[in-house]
Amino acid sequence: MSSLLKITDLHVSVADTPILKGVNMEIRQGEIHALMGPNGSGKSTLAYALAGHPNYAITAGSIEIDGVNITELAANERARLGMFLAFQYPVVIPGVKVADFIRHAVSNIRNPDRKEGEGLIGMREFRKEIKARMEELGMDIEFARRYLNDGFSGGEKKRMEILQMAMLHPKFAILDETDSGLDSDAVRVVSEGLAKLSGPDMGVLIITHHERLLEFNPPQFTHVMLGGRIVETGDAALAHDLHANGYATVRERHPDAAADNAKAEETAAV
Amino acid sequence: MSTDAPETDEVGLGDYQFGFHDSTDDYEFKSRKGLDREIVGQISEMKKEPAWMRDFRLKSLETFESRPMPSWGGDMSELDFNDIYYYMKATKGQERSWDDVPEDIRKTYDRLGIPEAEKKFLSGVKAQYDSEVVYGSLKEDLAKEGVLFTDTDSALREHPEIFREYFSTIIPPEDNKFAALNSAVWSGGSFIYVPPGVHIEFPLQAYFRINSENMGQFERTLIIVDEGASAHYVEGCTAPTYSSDSLHSAVVEIVVKRGGRFRYTTIQNWSNNVYNLVTKRAMAYGDALMEWVDGNLGSRLTMKYPAIYLMEPGARGETLSIAFAGEHQHQDAGAKMVHCAPNTSSRIISKSISKDGGRSSYRGLVKVEDGAHHCKSNVVCDALILDSDSKSDTYPYIEVEEQDVAIEHEASVSKIAEEQLFYLMSRGLSEAEASAMIVTGFIEPLVKELPMEYAVEMNRLIELQMEGSVG
Ligand SMILES: Nc1ncnc2c1ncn2[C@@H]1O[C@H](COP(=O)(O)OP(=O)(O)O)[C@@H](O)[C@H]1O
Ligand SMILES: [Mg+2]
Repeated sequence: MSSLLKITDLHVSVADTPILKGVNMEIRQGEIHALMGPNGSGKSTLAYALAGHPNYAITAGSIEIDGVNITELAANERARLGMFLAFQYPVVIPGVKVADFIRHAVSNIRNPDRKEGEGLIGMREFRKEIKARMEELGMDIEFARRYLNDGFSGGEKKRMEILQMAMLHPKFAILDETDSGLDSDAVRVVSEGLAKLSGPDMGVLIITHHERLLEFNPPQFTHVMLGGRIVETGDAALAHDLHANGYATVRERHPDAAADNAKAEETAAV
Repeated sequence: MSTDAPETDEVGLGDYQFGFHDSTDDYEFKSRKGLDREIVGQISEMKKEPAWMRDFRLKSLETFESRPMPSWGGDMSELDFNDIYYYMKATKGQERSWDDVPEDIRKTYDRLGIPEAEKKFLSGVKAQYDSEVVYGSLKEDLAKEGVLFTDTDSALREHPEIFREYFSTIIPPEDNKFAALNSAVWSGGSFIYVPPGVHIEFPLQAYFRINSENMGQFERTLIIVDEGASAHYVEGCTAPTYSSDSLHSAVVEIVVKRGGRFRYTTIQNWSNNVYNLVTKRAMAYGDALMEWVDGNLGSRLTMKYPAIYLMEPGARGETLSIAFAGEHQHQDAGAKMVHCAPNTSSRIISKSISKDGGRSSYRGLVKVEDGAHHCKSNVVCDALILDSDSKSDTYPYIEVEEQDVAIEHEASVSKIAEEQLFYLMSRGLSEAEASAMIVTGFIEPLVKELPMEYAVEMNRLIELQMEGSVG
């Protein structure tokens, strides 16, 4: 049976400021969902809250995977249950080699009961596997030896996120603007990469402002976020409409949420 | 992560060759606590020193007494100079068995694989046991080339001329209160002379230990690298944990003559009650290269700023410094570069890690004297703070009396590594694993500079430190 990620009435605060005000969403393995919305509407906040960032406090509501409440779990425990976030802004970690890091990650995810300091997956099989995935993503194998995201271009960082996704086989993947700031070649590589990886075993939530990623990965559902709430849900046509016409009509239909969003945009600008 | 490091279980710890002496009743000579003319006289007499050294010590004592405590740096209010033994001499050959060493200390050594490191590099090892060097061997071919490597007390006896020519010329007692203290009560340390053109390919090593309660350790190291010669000296310090405070106040003087190259590597891991107040200074002459690699872990308070005086054109100086401040620890470390001549260059790389309420400070000085034109200096300091209880501060001083110079200073603080932690944890790494990985990566550029054995040791030390509160 396919797994279900269920978000119920989720309220999230950052530094005591309420950002998400009751988000509901259900994502099944095998489904693709698009999440759209103007800047400051709370898309990244939802992504972080799902991944378990300690600064994003869940003040009400719940996140469940197959009926198990994961709201209180730390990020690594969620990851071991199949959650994955491709970051909008991947961090740089100097001195930590890509291969070393991914080998640790893979060892933990594939062997969720692994204890501190216990064996890592075999070097030979790991090397073979990462090499194959890197080739598929058009990445130079040399990157495995580099320090994580250190001196990487925007596109290289995003590819590195997709590489990790390919190695970790998550049940649920959230892609936060993975296509932003990339040239069209890089967008194509990332879009094709995702299309190849997603399938019946992966539920995907794509946060995007562009159409390209969705062209390669057509969503069954499109959600529109405004002022910390999901104000509309539709199919791929909705995404297309928003790309073509922007959020003006959405704001008109949801004046309260629009007002909240305007406030958030104002404070964000300060 | 040092997953490829050899397992310490394979290391024959039973063979730990320096042994451990826990009971200080076995000491051959122990001065009473405190410091006065009588004690200083006694130390000199015990060592059968020439009159000039005795007078030097007594004069240094006066200097020490006349100087106020430094008002900057760390908190030394609980340091009581009268509650310290200034000199002890251990009787020889009373090795305890490894089984008698306290469990926690044993485990630490165990995990560090120290005996292995010692065995592999036995070439020319000196180990300081309390105040007196009780173990030493010098590789024969070094002796043949005229290299002198001995403890400093023996050097005074056996090589009086060269000793006197350089001793205290780089760091006179008047330099600072703790240099004066060391000058009054110094004991042990290493003495090295490398003749012109001689290249020593392997690192010369010494392990130091403070091993008895309230025991000050005041080693005095003097190293002369003659023209066109080169050498690398490595010093590692580990101290067992005791309940009351100990003082470590060393003086290290180095001369690198024209065209010489010298690197001095230290890894210190004092127990958490040690005040570690060390004066280190090198003078580098024409086209010479002097490098300090300085790793500071442990101790209650460390104040240490290895200095390089660039005396003649073409001299280069480089300091790599790393500090790890854990619970109840303050690392006040840095570097000092003094450009006394034109066309000299210096580089300071400092990395500090603060954790569990620890505090680390970078304190550095780059000074360019009048007439020292076309100097270059580059200072990079990075601080990593692992939690919101911990602190890091930077005190970069730059004094330039010359126009035509290029000085760069970059400071960056990884303000609480929480985004990095979250990133790694979101990929399934536990908090402990993630922090160890971040810290190991952070110091990687420095660890890379260490000899293999020490790199392994350093990574293990870091892992041990990281185990503290996380996970
Ligand atoms: N770490 C943070 N600190 C303070 N405010 C934040 C933080 N993250 C998000 N916010 C605020 O939450 C709101 C939603 O931001 P975000 O989730 O990043 O929106 P989106 O991804 O849709 O552009 C904005 O008002 C933003 O300023
Ligand atoms: Mg965002």
